[in-house]
Amino acid sequence: MIEAESLCKVFQDKKRGTVRAVDGVSFVCKPGQIYGLLGANGAGKTTTLRMLATILEPTDGTARVAGFDIMRDAQKVRANIGFLSTSTALYGRLSAYEMVQYFGRLHGLEDDVIDQRVNALFARLEMNDFRDRRCDKLSTGMKQKTSIARTLIHNPQVMIFDEPTLGLDVMAARTIVQFIRECRDQAKTVIFSTHVMSEVEKLCDHIGIIHGGKLLAEGTLADLRQRSGLHDLEDIFVQVVEPHIAKEAVAR
Amino acid sequence: MTNNTFTVYRKELKDSLRDRRTLISMVVVPIVIFPLISIGMFTFVSKVVGKALEEVPKVMILSAGDSPRAIEDLKAIKGIDFIPGTPDYAQQISDKKIRAAVDIPSGFDAAVDHDTATTLKIYNYEGDLKSGIASDKIEKYLKDLQIQTVQKRLQARNLPPALANPFDVKKENVAPPEKVSGAMIGGFLPYFVIILCLTGAMYPAIDLTAGEKERGTIETILTSPVPRTQIVLGKFLMVLTAALVTAMLAITSMGVSFHVAKAFMAGAGGANNPLNFTIGLKAIGAVFLMVLPLAVLFSAGLLAIALMAKSYKEAQSYIAPLMIVVVMPAVAGLMPGVEFNARMALIPILSTSLVCKEIVAGTYHWNYIAIIFGSTCVYASAALFVAVSLFKREDVLFRT
Repeated sequence: MIEAESLCKVFQDKKRGTVRAVDGVSFVCKPGQIYGLLGANGAGKTTTLRMLATILEPTDGTARVAGFDIMRDAQKVRANIGFLSTSTALYGRLSAYEMVQYFGRLHGLEDDVIDQRVNALFARLEMNDFRDRRCDKLSTGMKQKTSIARTLIHNPQVMIFDEPTLGLDVMAARTIVQFIRECRDQAKTVIFSTHVMSEVEKLCDHIGIIHGGKLLAEGTLADLRQRSGLHDLEDIFVQVVEPHIAKEAVAR
Repeated sequence: MTNNTFTVYRKELKDSLRDRRTLISMVVVPIVIFPLISIGMFTFVSKVVGKALEEVPKVMILSAGDSPRAIEDLKAIKGIDFIPGTPDYAQQISDKKIRAAVDIPSGFDAAVDHDTATTLKIYNYEGDLKSGIASDKIEKYLKDLQIQTVQKRLQARNLPPALANPFDVKKENVAPPEKVSGAMIGGFLPYFVIILCLTGAMYPAIDLTAGEKERGTIETILTSPVPRTQIVLGKFLMVLTAALVTAMLAITSMGVSFHVAKAFMAGAGGANNPLNFTIGLKAIGAVFLMVLPLAVLFSAGLLAIALMAKSYKEAQSYIAPLMIVVVMPAVAGLMPGVEFNARMALIPILSTSLVCKEIVAGTYHWNYIAIIFGSTCVYASAALFVAVSLFKREDVLFRT
């Protein structure tokens, strides 16, 4: 379960001054559900997810992830989440096995438990052909699978994906999408951010449209369609976001 | 050390040992540099000196022509090619066409015969090895001739030879040989150990911080439940390991190089052989102990600086000027005559360099050793505190 309550993040930027990257974002994401955070570049998706993963600390507001408060129990939160993004790269000089084993150890698992889980994960993800190959020698698809194994080694209840398919080819992206579905099927709580409408339509049970750090609209795809009177998600997105872009232009 | 810190350390060690740059700076450089320097220096010096000694120098005799005996005496010197004088002798010495010139003043022979004071002049090129060898040879010969002349005069007057030589002066060294040579050569040991300690720590420090940012693995490690302090301590331990391994290999390699060079040169210089000294295990242990807090200071300092950078290149450009900051005080420790006092003991690097030089030469100033060890420990702790604090700052880790 993820419960975000008025999450805020303020940065000081040399050029832009004070920037409210995330501004009072609240939502709930339940186990067995996929929550899609939909927004353009710079909308505040990554910052929101990084706060949920306790990589960044909120300026204001808080969230409970897997039953733990992100401010008070950051370590326990991290112990119960799997975080995957395009910027969570692999250690190039470690083999796929060593990479996953390292994260198992960081999660406090015993080596024999790690070994069992790695064997199971590698078999499921068809990774045994390259288990001892160094990560910098792996193809993009192989790297993605290794990252997936890395996020699953401690069997987390909550999965956070930050634009996981960004820059991937069709096959690698499909692996990720398939993996996200499997997480939902295993009753995990899943949140993922993207700006690809088709992925949201295919995957998400709940959708949150974020822009300028604010959550502007939220609901199931059916809810959003009903409220907007539009069918296509892209059209809905534009309808929600456009007035705000106009306001921002006037303010400037 | 917590389990997590050890897990991070173990991984960083494995990772770094697979990095060619780290391996070169940590293992290859300290092992190779001393044999290279000693062989290089030995070959260079023996070649240059040997060549200079082999040469038969040309020396000009400047004479008015009225002192044939003086010219005959000079020509008795073996291994010098005397040539008749020309007015451009000074230019020829400067151009290294001749090595020296001897100026026999007019009426020299007559002055000697009549017990009148007179002066012989030797013109040479100060600082030039070959000119020095030629003029020294002539000077030594003429001094002997001077004594013989005095003795002949005393004999002619039936006076005892001791009249001209009331007492002898002899200079004798009483300092232990390791102190003499240690003061001359031992200064290099701490200097190299300090510099290599820094270079050994440099690559892993950059690789484990700015390198991780560049490769995008910093966010990956931050998603683990391990507290940031433990992550950065694990990284720090790896950098410290690199610094210490480099220092240890440097000391070992230097010891072996000296041993080999000593065996090579045995007999060449006898008691005057500058390598004729040994650095005891106690001194090596003490140097290592003194360098330990400095290694902590370097490792934590480099880690903190490299953390501020967002890429490998940027970190290198921050750290390159640091080399000068470290090299300068380390070199100052090498200078002859630089001796330390209480105030100097508080200057990091310089103090360690100076005290190690003394230790190698066999002198242990325990009060200074305590101050230097203590002050360097304080600086090292401060640097480590800064590194840990920086690793907790979002604006440092996610600088864009």
